Amino acid sequence: MMALATSPGTEPLPGSFALDVRELSHRYGGRSALEGVGFTLAPGELIVLLGPNGAGKTTLFSLITRLYDRQAGEIAIFGADPRRAPGPALAAIGVVFQQRTLDLDLTVRQNLRYAAALHGLPAAETAARIDGEIARAGLSGRANERVRRLSGGEARRVEIARALLHRPKLLLCDEATVGLDIPGRQAILERVRALAEEDGVAVLWATHLIDEVRPRDRVILLHRGRVLADGAAERVATEAGAGSLGAAFASLTRNGAA
Amino acid sequence: MSLARYRRCLWGVIWREALRFAQQRERFFAALVRPLIWLFIFAAGFRSVLGVSIIPPYDTYITYEVYVLPGLVGMIQLFNGMQSSLSMVYDREMGSMRVLLVSPLPRWYLLVCKLLAGVFVSLIQVYAFLAIARIYGIDLPPVGYVAVLPALVLTGLMLGSIGLLLSSVIKQLENFAGVMNFVIFPMFFASSALYPLWRLQEANEILHDIAAANPFTHAVELIRFALYGTFNSASAAVVLGCLALFLGAAIVAYDPARGLAARLGGATG
Repeated sequence: MMALATSPGTEPLPGSFALDVRELSHRYGGRSALEGVGFTLAPGELIVLLGPNGAGKTTLFSLITRLYDRQAGEIAIFGADPRRAPGPALAAIGVVFQQRTLDLDLTVRQNLRYAAALHGLPAAETAARIDGEIARAGLSGRANERVRRLSGGEARRVEIARALLHRPKLLLCDEATVGLDIPGRQAILERVRALAEEDGVAVLWATHLIDEVRPRDRVILLHRGRVLADGAAERVATEAGAGSLGAAFASLTRNGAA
Repeated sequence: MSLARYRRCLWGVIWREALRFAQQRERFFAALVRPLIWLFIFAAGFRSVLGVSIIPPYDTYITYEVYVLPGLVGMIQLFNGMQSSLSMVYDREMGSMRVLLVSPLPRWYLLVCKLLAGVFVSLIQVYAFLAIARIYGIDLPPVGYVAVLPALVLTGLMLGSIGLLLSSVIKQLENFAGVMNFVIFPMFFASSALYPLWRLQEANEILHDIAAANPFTHAVELIRFALYGTFNSASAAVVLGCLALFLGAAIVAYDPARGLAARLGGATG
C-alpha cells in the first residue's frame, strides 16, 4: 500500500518507512536501557540488529510493540505512532518473540487459530491462510499434532507462520534462532530473507550471532543501548579498520565501553 | 475496527482457555475436590457444632451443609480467579501474555477477554460442584440454578480482576504461596462463607466489621441469595463497585504508559 519514494534525491514521505525510530531513549528506574537510538527500515528491507545480550534489543522490541510506552523519542510504523494509534501500528506488525510462546498442549492448527482470533480475522478466510502458512512452514502433515511433539526448529517455524497470519508488512524477530541447530537456523533465516526479498516484508532481525550476517546485509550494531554502527556489514567492518565484522564488533564495543 | 473483530477475539480467548482446561483434567479435579472435602468432611463435622437460625434468604431451619454451599461456590471462584492470576504470571514468563498484548485490539478489551475466559472455566467447575451437591442431597429451588448464573459472572469477574491486579504486581511464580497466605485465606475465613455475620458479631466485633467490609462476603451473599431466586441488591452494589475499582486498577497497572510493567519489565535483552 505504501510505495517507496522512487525518484532519486527526494526525501521519502512520512509514513513511507516500515519503521522509523528517532532519538529513542528508555530507562528502567535508574538504569538506562536505550539511549538516542534512531534508524529507518524500508519496506522489503532486512536489518540485522546485532548486539550482545543486554544490549537493549528486547527493550527496543517492547517499545515498538507497545508492551510499554516510549519515554523519549519517536516511533512510527508505516506512519502510525504506537502510542497514538496502537491499533493500526500493531496490525502492521508480526512478532516472533525470544521466548517460546506457543501453547505446548495445543496442536499447530489450534495455536494458529488462536492467533488469528486475536487479530479478529474471520474464520472462513483464516482456515485457508492457516493451511497456507502451515504448508510454507513445511509442516503440512503435522497440522494436528501437539506443539510439544515438534522439534525446536519446527516450533520456531510455527511461530513465524503465526506471526505472518495477519499479513504484516513489518516482521520483528527477537533472537528467533536461539537454541536451534545449524540446519534449523539456516532454514529459518532463508525463509525470513525470502519474505523480505520476494514478498516485500520489512524485517528487523535481532541476534547476537555474528555468523547470521551476510556481507551485504545492513547491520545495526547495538551496544549498551546505543547504536555504534549502521550500514552494510562489509562497510562497517572496513570503516572500523577491521578484517571482519566480528573484529569490528569487538573493537567498536571496546571503544564504546571506554 | 468492526464489532465482529471484537467478537472473534473474545471467542478465540475463551476457546483457547476451554481447550487448555479440557487438557488439564487434574486441574479440574483439584478444583472440584477442594470444595467437596469442605462439604463432605468439614461441614458434616460442623453440623452439630453450629446451629444456624432462620435468616434470609432461608425460610426454614437449615443444616450447616446448606449454609456453607454458597461459600464453597465462592471458594471455587476465588481459587479460580487467583489461579488465573498465577497463570498470568506464568504466561508472562512464558511469553504468551506478550502474544495476547500484541493484538491490535485495545488492551483493556484483551484483559476483559482474558477475565471472561477465566469466568467461563469457573462456571464449569461451579455447576459440576452443584450437581454433585444435589446428588449428595442439597436441594436448591430450580430457579436458583438459573438465577445464579449472572451472579456468578459478576462475582467471577470481580475475583478475577483482583487476581489480574495482583498479577501485575507479582513478578515471580513462587509468590503464589504468598497469594494463598495473604489473599485467599484471609478473604475466605474473614467472610460469611463459613459462618453467618451475626455469629461473628457475637464472637468478635472487629472481625465482624472486617468480614462485613470484605468484598468476598458480598460475592458469597450475592451467590447465596441468587441460589434461592432472590436478589441481594446491597451485595450486588458492593460487587459491582469492587469490580469497577479492581478492574480499573488492573487496566491502569497494565497500561503501557503508567503501568507497573514499564517499571518492572524488561530485565532481559
